[in-house]
Amino acid sequence: MELITHALGALSPLNLALALLGVTAGIVIGALPGLSATMAVAVLVPVTFGMAPESALIMLGAIYTGAIYGGSYSAILVNTPGTPSAIATTFDGYPMAQRGDGDLAVTLSTIASVVGGLVGVLALLLLAPLLAQVALSFGPVEYFWLAIFGLTLISALSEDSTLKGFMGAGLGLLLSTVGVAVIGGDIRYTYGMPVLLGGIETVSALIGLYCIPVLIDLVATPAAHLKVDDASRGVRFREGLGEAIRGKWNLLRSATIGTGVAILPGAGGSIASLVSYSEARRVAKDPGSFGKGNPQGVLATESANNATVGGGFIPTLVLGIPGTPPDAVILGALLVQGFRTGPELFTTNAGITYTFVAGLFLATCLLLPLGLLIGRYAFKSIIAIPKALLVPTIAFMTVIGTYAIRNSASDVMIMLCLGVVGWVLNRYGFRPSPIVLGLILGPIAEQGFVQGFLMGRASGSVVGTFFGGPISLTIIALSLLSVFYPLVKARRVAKRQGNNSLNEEVSS
Amino acid sequence: MRLSTTFTLTAMLAASSLVAPLAMAEAEDFPSKDIQYVIPFGPGGESDISARLQQKYFQELTGEQLVIQYMPGGGGAVGWSQLNDMSADGYTIMGTNLPHIVLKPMGKDAGFATQDIHNFTFFHYSPDAILVNADSPYQTLEELVEAARQAPGAVTFSGSGTYSANDVANTRFQQLADVTTTYIPFKGTGAAVTALLGGQVQAEWGYTTVAANHQDKVRMLAVAADERHPLFPDVPTFQELGYDMVGGAYRGMAVPAGTPDAVTAKLSQIFGEINQNPQFRQEMEDLGFVLLDVGNDEVADFLVEQSAQYETSARELGLID
Repeated sequence: MELITHALGALSPLNLALALLGVTAGIVIGALPGLSATMAVAVLVPVTFGMAPESALIMLGAIYTGAIYGGSYSAILVNTPGTPSAIATTFDGYPMAQRGDGDLAVTLSTIASVVGGLVGVLALLLLAPLLAQVALSFGPVEYFWLAIFGLTLISALSEDSTLKGFMGAGLGLLLSTVGVAVIGGDIRYTYGMPVLLGGIETVSALIGLYCIPVLIDLVATPAAHLKVDDASRGVRFREGLGEAIRGKWNLLRSATIGTGVAILPGAGGSIASLVSYSEARRVAKDPGSFGKGNPQGVLATESANNATVGGGFIPTLVLGIPGTPPDAVILGALLVQGFRTGPELFTTNAGITYTFVAGLFLATCLLLPLGLLIGRYAFKSIIAIPKALLVPTIAFMTVIGTYAIRNSASDVMIMLCLGVVGWVLNRYGFRPSPIVLGLILGPIAEQGFVQGFLMGRASGSVVGTFFGGPISLTIIALSLLSVFYPLVKARRVAKRQGNNSLNEEVSS
Repeated sequence: MRLSTTFTLTAMLAASSLVAPLAMAEAEDFPSKDIQYVIPFGPGGESDISARLQQKYFQELTGEQLVIQYMPGGGGAVGWSQLNDMSADGYTIMGTNLPHIVLKPMGKDAGFATQDIHNFTFFHYSPDAILVNADSPYQTLEELVEAARQAPGAVTFSGSGTYSANDVANTRFQQLADVTTTYIPFKGTGAAVTALLGGQVQAEWGYTTVAANHQDKVRMLAVAADERHPLFPDVPTFQELGYDMVGGAYRGMAVPAGTPDAVTAKLSQIFGEINQNPQFRQEMEDLGFVLLDVGNDEVADFLVEQSAQYETSARELGLID
């Protein structure tokens, strides 16, 4: 009952307007490569100090929700994830756009984001204290195995050449060691250059490895950027909804995975969407069509990454431990406003919390009309803008976006270098995703390993520490499954084909 | 070569004597536009939060905005190594942290030297503290020390980073209490407290601020401040318990080299005034910070005093010989 009162509080005209504004701004910022959700939220924080706490929180939640969703636009239309969460959306989103289904892909991403977002918010509302305990049972060792599991997904995601996938991941792991080590404080691979002290920033690597090769290819080939059949057929909502209903289990499974991963601080949207993507592909009857423009791939990743919004707030609000980088900023804003996180956010301060959750709910629902509208516009402009204008515009955005991440000109240089390297590697069949995965998972694996090792030594049994826990063993089993499943499956298919040809011979 | 250096120096001296009265006049109505406040860490951390709290009062006092920017990387090194390339007109300032700016340059390739950082104030610190989980069997510091004494290396402490305030505190405490513990560095205070709450480690080297944020879930055993923190009147200081430990993560601000002295002094005065605002003090203390009033004139002495302590710890850590 209390909940409904607070939900109504969220619906005041001012708050509605703020949510509308926040979602719109978030979508635009998220869609631009390099301008991430974290930045959008950080820029907004001082603005919110002048507001009532409820309004401030609603606006912050709205901009966050919008930004995570907006990342899918550039992933689908330009093959460049606008945020790390949208990496896996490029796998099927961009091939769809290339064959003329960009509008459908954007619509699917919208529907999936709404579903995923709602699942995440519901989990936050109903299960937060319970799920926060799950987050705490993940220690360094579990994070180590989780990162290893993430790396094994590469083998599932690069069936065309598992070896090249692992080589790419190795390069990413190597890149992740550049800079000052968190544990040990060693300065590694900087070659005396202070610009490398901060290491290679994930988002600038993302922009370089994905966006620059696309730009080079756009310039190098005469063909139009995206194929367009008929620009006047609307948002193809009915078609999208049909596809979404067909993929309802996929949507729900992905949203659940997204929520689950988001509860673990530091794991983040990129892992969530990758895990759900590979699950969707594993379960599918036609795994071969994934990566070639299967709409279910877009549904999986986009519902997972928007589920991380609500899911990430679970440890943030219950434990005071931010689940994702934008959560860290919002948590900081909460502290400055004078709020304490923890159980009292659900008891004495419940009013604020429920208003915030209702605001997130509202923002997620607003994604549907706003997303379809802005998505339609984004799609139209990308296909309408001539290449001679599109390329410099995107190039400009990549430079500005990279610079803005941490006010660093050297990040721009690193981004451009990686871009050229990425383009060359692409020509030899190395995809950017394994490299970026290695870069993201490397530090998690490294820190988890060293911490686990130190813990193991203190307790007298390193092996027991790494192989003792039920969670660890489960993740190890999953990792083994994900490495060997494609091999087993391939063998089975080969066998069946062999049998078929045998049968044919017999029958003929 | 020598001639030209001398010439340049003379020219600079001449120029500065000409500029000095002008700078004085400038300092009168300083600041006349927004000030860029660069935090060499990401958003959401303690450096950010204390800067956010200053923001409001800065505007009240000067009518100008304090615009916060982030330049994270290398545990602050990325920002500090670029500080002196920034415009030296007083409109760009950067957050600085101790022991970071003293310890980092002791290693190789840090990209900056301690004396390159022109601090004009240190305005607060988060005192070091030992925390245990609320349901931990250790009720007092003595019980924890006893456990560490009985099984050397078996008691694990989480903390934020290597060669950090936590690492220094742990090293110093091991010496003072004559015990051996296992220090496990994590990326940031958030990850370190997660390990404590999840029962991965027996104790944490944290700060009063961590205890303030997680009041119902952790128990603070001792605080490395001169006196008990107003938020935690029941928690003893290390000194009360017989360990001569006062310290933590100190936060200050610096200007790029070449910033006019008068402007620097004015900045120090403005932030000193903010530090006296009762409402600001209350907000800072509620979050667990301890205010510190080291102005422009006292900074040099303060740094010498702190550095001497850090040097001992650095030797112990094996950072220097």
